[in-house]
Amino acid sequence: MAWFRKEKKPKEAVEKQTAIPEGLWVKCDECKEIVYRKEVEANLSVCPKCGYHFRLSATERFEMLFDNGKYKEFANDIHSCDPLEFRDTKRYRDRLRVYEQRVGKGDAVLCAEGKLEGVSIVICAMEYAFMGGSMGSVVGEKIATAIERCVDKKEPLIIVSCSGGARMQEGILSLMQMAKISAGLARLGSAGLPFISVLTDPTTGGVTASYAMLGDLNIAEPKALIGFAGPRVIEQTIRQTLPEGFQRAEFLVEHGMVDLITPRAEMKGALGRFLTIFRGN
Amino acid sequence: MNGDQTQFEEPILKLRRQIEELSATDTEPGRQAEIAELQKQLIKVSDDIYSKLTPWQKTLVARNAQRPYTLDFIAFLFDDFTEIHGDRKFGDDPAVVTGFARFRGTPCAIVGHQKGRNTKEKIFRNFGQPRPEGFRKALRAMKLAEKFKLPIFSFVDTQGAYPGVGAEERGQAEAIAMNLREMASLTVPIIVTVIGEGGSGGALGIAVGDRILMLEHSVYSVISPEGCAAILWKNSAAAPEAAAAMKITAPDLKRLGIIDEIVPEPSGGAHADPARAAEILGPVLEKNLKELLKIKPALLPEERYKKFRKMGVFEKG
Ligand SMILES: [Zn+2]
Repeated sequence: MAWFRKEKKPKEAVEKQTAIPEGLWVKCDECKEIVYRKEVEANLSVCPKCGYHFRLSATERFEMLFDNGKYKEFANDIHSCDPLEFRDTKRYRDRLRVYEQRVGKGDAVLCAEGKLEGVSIVICAMEYAFMGGSMGSVVGEKIATAIERCVDKKEPLIIVSCSGGARMQEGILSLMQMAKISAGLARLGSAGLPFISVLTDPTTGGVTASYAMLGDLNIAEPKALIGFAGPRVIEQTIRQTLPEGFQRAEFLVEHGMVDLITPRAEMKGALGRFLTIFRGN
Repeated sequence: MNGDQTQFEEPILKLRRQIEELSATDTEPGRQAEIAELQKQLIKVSDDIYSKLTPWQKTLVARNAQRPYTLDFIAFLFDDFTEIHGDRKFGDDPAVVTGFARFRGTPCAIVGHQKGRNTKEKIFRNFGQPRPEGFRKALRAMKLAEKFKLPIFSFVDTQGAYPGVGAEERGQAEAIAMNLREMASLTVPIIVTVIGEGGSGGALGIAVGDRILMLEHSVYSVISPEGCAAILWKNSAAAPEAAAAMKITAPDLKRLGIIDEIVPEPSGGAHADPARAAEILGPVLEKNLKELLKIKPALLPEERYKKFRKMGVFEKG
């Protein structure tokens, strides 16, 4: 009850942007069937043949979760600035420019406010297409801002994770975002506000080892890869091939790390039920 | 792999051998003066070499097996240390030591990563790479510290959390995440010192504090230089380049606003004189503790939040 407050209507629908490869037909990564693209899109980007969940862009995620696909983005004036003047085989600065042109200026997370099943809410959705959804200063700052907005306005928070982990090109600054966001979530928790973590394929590294595992509820999409260390790193360490299904969502449920697995078509309904029950009416 | 890469230490080692040899051949006249001269040279050469270490060389120094580890600093600086074991859920993790002690009279809790020196110890300590039980044990000790209003000293020295099957099954990510959130809320002072390697989430898992100190030649990074090189350069041999690019040294972290203070090391690094390294660290810990004890305990989480909230560099607008 405490965190629930009636909010004025959000507006402005945003244009669609898809993570499914261009073309009339797409090949499913899982069953390798060639399926009609429109049919996949109409099915929330889930393969109609085998149920494989294609990766969603942040905006697609918002359209799927917010009532009538209506929401208002915020904290979108924050941008990476290559604080370490990092250069590997290419300059980080140049990589950023390429991703900004290809994916958008929002870096690897978008934050938006709107309603979900009538509940005013903030959702942060990670954008895997932007440098593998990696978390640097911008992701940290945007999510920290979102958390503070939730505390101020007494609104629940949902973070949809989709990330390879911390962004190496910002070095230690990226690592510290884990602490910054987790400290924010402690405050959100003290304020009695719900935080639901939605884990999608893939959620690994520093993102899992901070906010993605700190949900009051951790809800995963089917078969999502979720872990701390990447499978290849583990295979190198133990010098063995990992069994089928290791670090998949089902494995995490079995080991008590995730509350439930919810297919995409049922995600919004499930979130709405929890939020209204947690609200106490 | 360090064999040929620690060649920068060769002039120092050579002088030390000379001094040892001379000291062993007893008290011929003029010997003392000769030894004293060599010792002067040793300091000069050590200081010279150590003032010019590259980030990769610092990584190798931070990993030097003769460097003082958590238990060494405890022995030098704390009284009445008694270790406690286990996470009360699954097991005990020797890669993390936890316990209670007195620091210059003040009762306190200690958590820290622990590496081993010889093969047997290294295996026992899992090369200082914690499993989930290590992080959970540390949190249990820190919650006890909060309950009994004791300040916490944390010593960071790990190449990272262990990437193994069991660790994943038992929630490595959850264990670290929980520590980050819970440490942020503790109502007792937390003083973190990076004494060697600050490796990624495995380091951060016990490193959310009110003061973050770093020994002069220690390193702290988001991923190991080898790991970063393997991913971004597609070649782990590019570790020296990755170490430089990631900005992992104490002065870099100070400049980036991540750490509060750099603690000087003795001439030639902490491993050259562990007792002296502790002697230098002691007063720094004491000063920081005194400052933190002046803050009302209930205000500590707010201050800590503000501290971490500021971290990050970006453009607005
Ligand atoms: Zn399919």
